[in-house]
Amino acid sequence: MSKYSLSDARICNGVQQWWKRLRDSGMLLYVVLIVIALIYIMPFVIQVSTSFKTDADASMNPVSLVPQVWTTAAYSKLFLHSDFPLWFKNSLIVTLCVTVGRVFFDSLAGYALARLRFPGRNLIYLTLVAVMSVPGVALMIPKFLVIKSLGIYDTYAGMIFPLLVDAGGVFIMKNFFESIPRSVEEQAMVDRAGTFRIFWSIVLPMARPSIVTISILSFQGSWNELSHFIISTQSASMATLTRGVATLASGQLGQGNQYPLKLAAAAIMTVPVAILFFIFQKRIMNVTDGAVKG
Amino acid sequence: MAKVTRRSSRERPNTSIRRTSETVSGWLFCLPIIIILGLFLFVPIVMALWVSFSDWSGRGNPFFGNVHFVGLDNYKQVLVSPGLSQSDFGTAMRNNLWYTLLVIPLQTMLSLALAVMLNRKILKARGFFRTAFYFPSVTSSVAITVLWMFLFSSTGSVNAVLSWFGVKGPNWFNDPRGIIQVILGWFGVKQGPATLTQHGFLGITWWDWLAGPSIAMFAIILMAIFTTSGTFMLMFITALQAIGNDTEESAIMDGANAWQRFWKITLPQLKPTIFAVIILGVVSTWQVFDQIYTGTKGDPAKTTITPAFLSYSAAFQNQKWGQGAAISFILFVVIIVMSAVVRFVLRERTMSKRQRAYYDKMKEEARAMTKTKALPASIREHATVTDRETI
Repeated sequence: MSKYSLSDARICNGVQQWWKRLRDSGMLLYVVLIVIALIYIMPFVIQVSTSFKTDADASMNPVSLVPQVWTTAAYSKLFLHSDFPLWFKNSLIVTLCVTVGRVFFDSLAGYALARLRFPGRNLIYLTLVAVMSVPGVALMIPKFLVIKSLGIYDTYAGMIFPLLVDAGGVFIMKNFFESIPRSVEEQAMVDRAGTFRIFWSIVLPMARPSIVTISILSFQGSWNELSHFIISTQSASMATLTRGVATLASGQLGQGNQYPLKLAAAAIMTVPVAILFFIFQKRIMNVTDGAVKG
Repeated sequence: MAKVTRRSSRERPNTSIRRTSETVSGWLFCLPIIIILGLFLFVPIVMALWVSFSDWSGRGNPFFGNVHFVGLDNYKQVLVSPGLSQSDFGTAMRNNLWYTLLVIPLQTMLSLALAVMLNRKILKARGFFRTAFYFPSVTSSVAITVLWMFLFSSTGSVNAVLSWFGVKGPNWFNDPRGIIQVILGWFGVKQGPATLTQHGFLGITWWDWLAGPSIAMFAIILMAIFTTSGTFMLMFITALQAIGNDTEESAIMDGANAWQRFWKITLPQLKPTIFAVIILGVVSTWQVFDQIYTGTKGDPAKTTITPAFLSYSAAFQNQKWGQGAAISFILFVVIIVMSAVVRFVLRERTMSKRQRAYYDKMKEEARAMTKTKALPASIREHATVTDRETI
């Protein structure tokens, strides 16, 4: 490109030509995409690198990706001197129970709605459709009232049971069961196998792809759930990662900004979901596929 | 569940036996979700409806003891009677309205742009880009909020980057100034006209309604766009793949440039998806809670309070359970009304004559441009499908 001695017009011309070359070569698209990708990725890179910094370093050099002094103080404080491991354990228990429960109940109901003919089936179906449109946030107070009256406030039961129904999952299973040919079950019916036997040992094993899909959605959903745990629990011993880290965010673990500590906590709580995401990337991207078309 | 089920043929005489057993197992199979739905959806709604008409203080059971029916008092406090409850609710509505107004167009346009760029036939590292754009969508809102609080702190990364360009960034999460008022301030407008500052709605003045989102809220708006654009991008990519390349290719042959092709061929066919994305946007933007609870708690100066957060804090923090429940129901109605408004606005049939003429002309042009029969058919199909099929 030109130097200062050139006239403005020629600089302008040069820029134009350079721009044209960039556009015609198709490189412009890559430049734009790379810039956007950097904007999307950098926050997470900064997050991880800051979690290894000292508090002062984090405030002084918020953009640098290499800590001046590497320290794992944030991590050791989290794991050795805070309730973080407990939060992790609670999150894991609740998430696993919810995921298993949802897979089982969703596929049971999905099978019934897809295959069995019984009075009231349409009513159940329509109710589920209606349920999907109820905004969850508006239900916080109501749910709390019921959980409290059932006497399961501040227990795992109160955290798990209300999360077990997921209308979207029922629809995914229903769609799947409708897609397999009836002849599969007919042989078993000739053998006089019960409905549950047919469902459990013949049809369900075929549904593995859909089951994986629901498991991922459920795991991600309940791992990231916050509002339900706020209204269903109170004591520190029942806090999940989301609730615990939210209290961390408002600075309840000592003084100062403590950014490395908070960012480390946020990074670790992202890890399980991130692992799941990278293993099942293809399927997760397809999940949205089905949701749109469905 | 050991009942024998026969499904081999409908003409068999034992049909009625099969029917009964199918009825039994059908209901048994659905029983778990029916119980859970009943317990944690229908019962709660009934209870909360009662609470919203009562003076329950949070102690004991709302159905027994010293709890009175107070009619519409709770709703009146929030909607009509001047006072803190009303102005808090007005502020929350103002905040969320701006949030919705900015988030929905921005996230829709950004996700569409990303999808179109990634849908190029020849693109290296497509998977990498898709992963990068989608990753924020899988992380929890709590984790992202914590990260955002750091990035947008006064000494945070965003302000550091801004300072490279000689811009002194604001103290994001502590700045209650509305961005429209900030912009007006640059032009010397510091005080609103009396008509705006002296009249108002829901306990706050029109001048405050028009202030725009606060700078703190704006940071949260950016966060929302960051975390949702990936999901919607995937929806658009799916839709683009369904459209296929045929019409596009013939348009290229006819010399239509990329911009024309996008506006006249791609966009009309994407209408159902755009519609879906906007509706999903309306439903989710009116439910902002996690970010506020984790991050700002409604501060600075209540400019990040949302109705969802207000309902929570009224009930759980200020023990005004009736009011909290009332706000929940109002929010519920707001979401339904807003979705209905969007459906109405985006409905094909409600296009004005001029719009209809323009749309027809556009279709006509597209038809002429492609000179194939594939396009008009698919456009017609999409146009009729728009209202009903999307969600």
